[in-house]
Amino acid sequence: MGAFAYLAPTNVEQALSQLAAEDAAGNRAQMLAGGTDVLVQMRSTDKGPRTFVDVKHIAEANEVRVGDDDVFVGAGIASAVLNENDELKALLPGLVEAADLIGSTQIQGRATIGGNLCNSSPAGDTIPALIACGAVCVVASPDGAKKVPTEDFVTGVGTNVLKPTELLVGFQIPRPKGRTADAYLRFIPRTEMDIAVCGAGVALTLDDDGTCTAAKVAIGAVAVTALPVPEAAVALVGTKVDDAALQAAAAAASALAKPITDKRGTVEYRKKVVGVLTRRAGAIARDRAAAR
Amino acid sequence: MAEAVDLKAIGTRPVRPDGIDKVTGRAAFGADLNLPNMLHGKVLRSPHAHARIKNVDVSRALAADGVMAAISGADLAGVQNDLAKNILARDKVLYHGHAVAAVAAKTAAQAEAALDLIEVDYEALPPVLSIDDAIADGATLVNENQHTNGDTSKPASNIAAVQRFERGDIEAGFAEADIVVESEHRVPTAHQGYIEPHACTATVNEDGKATVWCCTQGHFDVRSLTAAVLGESVGNIKVIPSEIGGGFGGKTIIYLEPLAVKMSQLSGRPVKMTMTREEVFRATGPTSATWCKAKIGAKKDGTFTAAQAWLAYEAGAFPGAPIGPGCMSVLAPYKVPNLLIEGNDVLVNKPKVCAYRAPGAPQSMHAMECVIDELARKLEMDPIDLRLKNAADEGTQAPYGPTFPPIGLKECLKAAKAHPNYATPVPEGAGRGLAVGFWFNIGMQSSAEVRIAEDGMVTVMEGSPDIGGSRAGMALMAAETLGVPYERIKAHVGDTESTGFCNVTGGSRTTFATGMAVIQACEDIIAQCKQRAALTWDLDEEQVDWVDGEAVPKPGVNADVKPLSLADIARGAGRTGGPLLGRASLNAQGAGASFSVNWTDVKVDAETGRTDVLAFTAIQDAGRAIHPAYVEGQMQGGAVQGLGWALNEEYIYDADGVMENPGFLDYRVPVASDMPMIDTQIVEVPNPSHPYGVRGVGETPIVAPLAALSNAVRDQLGFRIDDLPLSPPRVLAAIDEQR
Amino acid sequence: MSKVHVSTTINGDVVEFLCEPQQSLLDVLRDELALTGTKEGCATGDCGACSVLANDRLVCSCLMLGVEADGQEITTIEGIASPDGLHVIQQKYLEHAALQCGICTPGFIVATKALLDKNPNPDETTIRYWLAGNLCRCTGYDKIVRAVQASAEELAYEA
Repeated sequence: MGAFAYLAPTNVEQALSQLAAEDAAGNRAQMLAGGTDVLVQMRSTDKGPRTFVDVKHIAEANEVRVGDDDVFVGAGIASAVLNENDELKALLPGLVEAADLIGSTQIQGRATIGGNLCNSSPAGDTIPALIACGAVCVVASPDGAKKVPTEDFVTGVGTNVLKPTELLVGFQIPRPKGRTADAYLRFIPRTEMDIAVCGAGVALTLDDDGTCTAAKVAIGAVAVTALPVPEAAVALVGTKVDDAALQAAAAAASALAKPITDKRGTVEYRKKVVGVLTRRAGAIARDRAAAR
Repeated sequence: MAEAVDLKAIGTRPVRPDGIDKVTGRAAFGADLNLPNMLHGKVLRSPHAHARIKNVDVSRALAADGVMAAISGADLAGVQNDLAKNILARDKVLYHGHAVAAVAAKTAAQAEAALDLIEVDYEALPPVLSIDDAIADGATLVNENQHTNGDTSKPASNIAAVQRFERGDIEAGFAEADIVVESEHRVPTAHQGYIEPHACTATVNEDGKATVWCCTQGHFDVRSLTAAVLGESVGNIKVIPSEIGGGFGGKTIIYLEPLAVKMSQLSGRPVKMTMTREEVFRATGPTSATWCKAKIGAKKDGTFTAAQAWLAYEAGAFPGAPIGPGCMSVLAPYKVPNLLIEGNDVLVNKPKVCAYRAPGAPQSMHAMECVIDELARKLEMDPIDLRLKNAADEGTQAPYGPTFPPIGLKECLKAAKAHPNYATPVPEGAGRGLAVGFWFNIGMQSSAEVRIAEDGMVTVMEGSPDIGGSRAGMALMAAETLGVPYERIKAHVGDTESTGFCNVTGGSRTTFATGMAVIQACEDIIAQCKQRAALTWDLDEEQVDWVDGEAVPKPGVNADVKPLSLADIARGAGRTGGPLLGRASLNAQGAGASFSVNWTDVKVDAETGRTDVLAFTAIQDAGRAIHPAYVEGQMQGGAVQGLGWALNEEYIYDADGVMENPGFLDYRVPVASDMPMIDTQIVEVPNPSHPYGVRGVGETPIVAPLAALSNAVRDQLGFRIDDLPLSPPRVLAAIDEQR
Repeated sequence: MSKVHVSTTINGDVVEFLCEPQQSLLDVLRDELALTGTKEGCATGDCGACSVLANDRLVCSCLMLGVEADGQEITTIEGIASPDGLHVIQQKYLEHAALQCGICTPGFIVATKALLDKNPNPDETTIRYWLAGNLCRCTGYDKIVRAVQASAEELAYEA
């Protein structure tokens, strides 16, 4: 029987060698970011021993870099820290909102976007927001750095493309240009603390006369993984993102959703409300873009 | 009874005696005690909702690393009653999470690991998971030996008991009505949701004397129940109540204590046991899921002619659903000439229910207050006016028999009618709903001692665990009675060996009944002081008065003496007969009923079904508010618990009877951002049976919010959703159905 | 299972302890360091009773490993008052009767301090959302919110 252990590498190279060593020794290594899912699971559904590899001390995973073309957001940054970054909030309000929606103030102090994605829950709030803003996952691997589009990262409930020897370093996100903006909304029964019953992220670009020239829509908690909704994007592009266009996007989101009935909501409820959220998030993204 | 204007301490809002410990982290709660050599106990729980236990074998667990004791049901040698079988199952497990065995080991991890080594042979049985299933013909029996009301001439039944209240001629009453409204309402299981999980530490000495430290609403009950389950003498068990982190009725019973004592006996070491949050949800006593039918008939002018209620409450795995209080409460606020109330106590394979704040009343009154709201709409009457027209008053006979002494329902209704929040228009697109609440309150047994130190400092010692500031109330009543400043009084909750017997902190009895014992113990002190002063002054006792904390000669008594304060008398007590010690014990009668009126404004998002509570106002008769801030606190806390129940709280079960949401993530109690400020107005119609007019206030507040919220949602939507909770999926489905 | 040596600062004191790698900071505080003012209500991050500050950031100590405290500055309820007396927040909770049973109170007070350190003048909505991770089942939150408002006023006056 293995034992629990804890490692706190300070750079990617060290982390990769530790992951490789654990793998070679037949130990299970688990990246620890905010721990807000991992530690709960360790006490309930996944009690086995493992070596925690803490991402929070890895320099590269704690960087935010705003470049001319791209924004890099480290995987190990707590939501509360992201939310205090005014530049990031101004550029990617939808993504920061999604990160900010997860759990309480206390959870915010720990939870990270990287952890949210690697937990790979169907209901992860940042995943539709990441997809909508075109985020690419930067993965460090023994074979060198890999880039994985967010929509391809999660493979099932709680599973993803990462190998035991790999780690998620951060996200490369196209810097929103011109009148481009994003928004994310989710539905929960209370005002805080719940897991999303469904969620919708929208990013769109308007031209000078307010016509939508590009759009990306993604929905969460309505299928095994977060889903891009290309039909919803098609419904928005070429329109002024008016009520009719938003309604069409909503209908596309509802149509694509394949939810289940569980303790958090019914199939009918989720299909319907994910459309409502798509419409509302689309309107917010439109108004934000128009204001730029 | 003292007039409010004469009162000096009562009605003020001082800091509570235990306050500093509670804001600094010093206060010791149930899980905060650790003893040298202490073991950690864990419980093995049933994976089945219903199964026969063919065999339990703890021998492998007992042999495991660090394990010092392992027990199963057969090891509890005392009474073999429902309580004992709930603490450790015997022949059958009756709900998912039912305790089957327990171990104590040197570390919690060792105890946890040892649970996996206990071998239990189950024969799974079909579970009974709803009232409908339980009362259907040919239903599986939760208990093959259960006969309704103990009548063995009839076949065994899942209906453990039926209770009825009848008055007049129900058929004639409805025939006389110009209008009749009826509906039926289902409310799922809800939990008290106290933030502190159950916890205890027990240590048994070599002489067999046990000490139990635990969080409880009644340590004397813990003593007697633990003794009964173990077949021990009460005298062998001392129970020390820790501070208690909420209970709301849920900590009036025992779960862990006999296990910890037994395993301490077996191991010779202290044993600490704490529940996880999941265990609290799965295996302690929530309140009943209910199915209530309500019907009311009235004349065109609003006068009620008849009312009927049929209640079916889930008891869980053992009898004891709160049908009595449910039946007592459902029509208590009204004068109804013809009525028929029936309550059914129904066994199902779910945890045995326990008291939850006004047990049984919120569910039945939700149903009745919904039909009364519909009646007001049909009659086009203001909901307050309709209720005022039929309101019970002094002299009204309650449906359960007694005639009400002075009560404050009409005063609350009139206060509501005059309240600025009621006059404020309902916000655009929102809805407003109003309902009445009631709880009868109880008295029961209490004891108190008042000890005067040599400098006149006062120690009040009583036995009612302080769950919400009652020490402050006791100190205020003592200050008022003795005529000394509040700051000179310390109020303590003693353990079972340092203070006299008190029944549980429950039934909203503490400030009323234990308060009365404290007042009487203070009066005992005053009598002694008068006697000591008389001795000092060479007067007769009858010639001495007690005024503002001092002994003085009565007017007209010719004595040239200085008044003697409590401190003066205490300082000289050795010369006048020894220390001052006042005592009282009583079985309090005349707990006055407390009525309330609540209304709320809500806004439903018609696209998502989510209800936002915009405003809430609670008006309640407190008789006399001893510490008004804590009375308001009861009103506000009860309101939010009631709103949580109405909005989102529910046990969600799968088809096998496994609760799917045993945590605060998905058992959704209100969070701060869900709620508005809760406006309160205290009405004071003094209870003639208490020296200062106190009525219990703790339970009434949770009763009206359920119907107030239902009625508000109905007001906005234009149609009624009968069942609770009004969770977003339910509300949206109902809206879609209307379209 | 080998224990890990951790050096940290708790309420201003340099503290060293040994803990198992999977042991939560909450368990370390309560079971190893006898700092039982921090409470366990759920152990899943859903109730906030175990709130502490880690490098001035509000966190649930049940969702942080003890080993992660290494090199950090931890503040618990035991570190809020000073030798001069209660913190204003503690005093206002008492004056406003913002506690009934008191089990959630340490977490609320720590969370309130984190809020007011960051935002000295929060409006009611900000207070309610900030405290949404702290469950109170007794008060209905009304008097807690008022105590926070009163604390903010008093601290502004003192400043």
